[in-house]
Amino acid sequence: MPSSLKVIPGTERAQAAYPYHIQFGDADDERFWFYNSMHFPEPMSAFDMVTAEAAYCALGASNTRVHSLPTTLGIDHRIINGRVYIGGNAVTDPAEIARRTEEFQKRAFYYYANWERLYAQWREKMMQLIRDAQALPKPELPEFEPLAHVHAGRGVASNHYLLDTYQRALEGYFRMWHHHFEFLLLGYGAYLTFFAFCKKAFPEITDQTIARMVAGIEAEIFRPDDELRRLARCAVELGVDAKFQRQVSADDIIRSLEQLGEPGRAWLAELEISRDPWFNINVGDGFYHYHRAWNDDLSMPFACLPEYIKRVKAGDSLERPIGRLRAERQELIEGYRELLNTDEDRAAYDQMITLAHRVFPYVEGHKFYCEHWYTNLFFNKIREFGALLSGHGFFPATEDVFQLTHYELELAIIDLMTSWSNGSPPRGPAHWPKIVAERRAAIVEWSKHATPPALGPVPDVIDDPAIVMLWGITRENLDAWLAAESGASSNEVRGFAASSGVAEGPARIVKSVEEISRLKQGDILVCQITNPTWAPIFQTIVAAVSDIGGSMSHAAIVAREYGLPAVVGTGNGTSRIKDGQRIRVDGGRGIVTILQ
Amino acid sequence: MSSTQVIGWFADIGLDDRLHVGGKGGSLGELQRAGIAVPAGFVVKTAAFERFLRALERHSPVRSRVAALSGDDLAVATACCAEIRARMTAEALPADVLDQIASAHAALCNGAGQSPVAVRSSATTEDAADASFAGLQDTYLWVTNLSQTLERVRACWASLYSVESVTYRRKRAVPEEGVAMAVVVQKMVDARTAGVMFTRSPITGDRSVLTVEGSWGLGSAVVGGEVTPDRWVLGKIRGDISVREISTKLVQHVPVLMGGIEAVAVPEDLRRAACMSDDELLSLRAIARNVERHYGRPQDIEWAVERGSDAILLLQSRPETVWSAKESAPVARPADNPLLHVMSIFGGKR
Repeated sequence: MPSSLKVIPGTERAQAAYPYHIQFGDADDERFWFYNSMHFPEPMSAFDMVTAEAAYCALGASNTRVHSLPTTLGIDHRIINGRVYIGGNAVTDPAEIARRTEEFQKRAFYYYANWERLYAQWREKMMQLIRDAQALPKPELPEFEPLAHVHAGRGVASNHYLLDTYQRALEGYFRMWHHHFEFLLLGYGAYLTFFAFCKKAFPEITDQTIARMVAGIEAEIFRPDDELRRLARCAVELGVDAKFQRQVSADDIIRSLEQLGEPGRAWLAELEISRDPWFNINVGDGFYHYHRAWNDDLSMPFACLPEYIKRVKAGDSLERPIGRLRAERQELIEGYRELLNTDEDRAAYDQMITLAHRVFPYVEGHKFYCEHWYTNLFFNKIREFGALLSGHGFFPATEDVFQLTHYELELAIIDLMTSWSNGSPPRGPAHWPKIVAERRAAIVEWSKHATPPALGPVPDVIDDPAIVMLWGITRENLDAWLAAESGASSNEVRGFAASSGVAEGPARIVKSVEEISRLKQGDILVCQITNPTWAPIFQTIVAAVSDIGGSMSHAAIVAREYGLPAVVGTGNGTSRIKDGQRIRVDGGRGIVTILQ
Repeated sequence: MSSTQVIGWFADIGLDDRLHVGGKGGSLGELQRAGIAVPAGFVVKTAAFERFLRALERHSPVRSRVAALSGDDLAVATACCAEIRARMTAEALPADVLDQIASAHAALCNGAGQSPVAVRSSATTEDAADASFAGLQDTYLWVTNLSQTLERVRACWASLYSVESVTYRRKRAVPEEGVAMAVVVQKMVDARTAGVMFTRSPITGDRSVLTVEGSWGLGSAVVGGEVTPDRWVLGKIRGDISVREISTKLVQHVPVLMGGIEAVAVPEDLRRAACMSDDELLSLRAIARNVERHYGRPQDIEWAVERGSDAILLLQSRPETVWSAKESAPVARPADNPLLHVMSIFGGKR
């Protein structure tokens, strides 16, 4: 029960930073909660909580008020010890379900019927939002208001723009999450409709096979990796490839290219083309401030270039075999169709896959714009406030800003703007450093303790479509999941079968981008999460295991493309498997076996 | 001449002829016609059996006596069957039946007297719905000359009058008039590896997978359950191998030079080795798909890989019955408004 889960001693003040409405309360004991380890696998800092808040606000609005999902409202969330617990809000009264169904068909069906037009409109809205975020000024407090402002009669001083910029950044982030959920549940729903049909008609079909039938071949998620391949080809064509060595840092490579004259500059110009926008991809899922984008930390893309260059020089064009991928997808679609028992089945199959194909580009494409591009802009804007505040002594380092909640950050900004206007010193430098230190210590403490995967009474059925779709949690796998968490004695780690094939090798636990360079040819990557950013390193490894992700996660899609066995969503692979252990990955069955 | 024609070559027969060539014979002919490799052979049609039975009944009745048996009185049935089988062994073959079988055998063996054949019963009642009945008839492997072949043909006929067969028929009230036996005579494959495959999952009925079981040597060790075979599950469409269970195979059936087969130990180095390569499994998959497409329904197939040539040959294919009998309603029907399908996810219906 939630009430039996205690705040870890010594971290009470850090826990108190979270607002009252997301602290567990007595009434919460009546409900079932589960730890959202998929999106928030690590204790989150006070500021990063904004992602949970904005996302659940938008998800709930879409489900409850916009599309009126018949059987579910939104998702409640609570935070304890830095861990995010969520609980569904099912609708069970048949009369209410009927009423909501009628609304749903007026709303969601309109979206389905007009999907292409509304999605085109979505892209425009999203690009506008990105441009707005890019246009936000850098927060600065000059000693004197610039003369130009004075002569122009602007009349509003720079301190006001601090608050204005901050509030606009925050507003944009909350708005982005509404965009994120505008189509998402409907898209997943159409996909799952086809998925459920396939599972019924072909009980042994793998999730990944169904995914392959629906997934796009030229989705946005492949672009960052495609750009790296293109840059590798450019490096060879321009004859600057010798500069790319594994041991040399990105900065040093760039410097040596600049010194190289025309060909070096030509390559750097190509790099700039790729960077905007495709390097706006971050090395996590966008939910933590420290999941930095390629653009902010070139070490990841640069670490992958030497291997790509080697392959180009060996005669590999590195072009994705679009034609073959397309033919394979068609072969699957037609092959399964042929094996159905009746013409009626085939007609229903056609209807379902047609809808799935129409809606899926959104499901695949939105992440680049929302979780990656926009989220990077947002966190980097907050970082600018961090630099400003730390410059005024509010806390030692820029990154410390993320130890403040977004409410507290507004206070700190107001403190600074007030002191700047009055000419008195700000109060923050005496107030925040202790709090920041306390919170950093709390996160260290929290991450030492495992947290229960679920709290409260386990329901008989979980048919909340939102929970099934976004977290893959059903009554069947819940039991297995809870059992696995309680008695983790076996040498098996189970997850989603993401990409079939069997491989053995030494496990390499990679917890951060800095550790990527430890991967050697033949290693098995074991990490918390992978995404398109990690694609290039798939050329080095023989298999991949992740704590987080489902069969439609980007890691799974990329692994299938590379033909690498992968098991994703193991929950605790990185803690159960030890670095250097020999493991076997059976990607077709979703099982990792620890061999020694 | 056709009224006395008792031989049917595989190339000339198909499933439609099963009344005359039996289920097994019809199926082998059908496979050959569909372009699937099977060991060459012919069927001694039921007409030969009928001719032989008429000769027997000139002395005293057979069918009416069996029909009069009660399915429950085992002692009486046992005595009756023993007597009929003794008469079948003693009775001479009608001369032209003998001639026809002899010349077909010579043609099959290209005149080589010692060329081994398999002699397999092919009953007309051996239909899909009575799959278990099929196991009651006999197959003789590695039969090396004509006189042995003739003896085995007779033994196949006589197997119709085994106690098991007869009590099985009596319990199900199968009319004796329709009971007849054709016999398949085909070239023996000296199998390096052999086994069975099922063009759907035996566990879930899934039609998108192919289950293959195989072991070293002749298929009889697998069919007879004397060895735990290697087992694979292949995706029918892409050929992905999702299950590989390589077992410890201790025993294999191999031919004996002078005729027949024997069980011998598998050499140490082969026991834990996969008896099929991935390429061979993929060839099996292609064959299975062809057969299934030809019949339009899932199949239960026996196959062998010939020693030396590594050629894959089919020994038998019959319709899968267990899951096919369960299939009734479509999984889903098309909807007037295709969007209504999503209500299966959003509407709380399961």
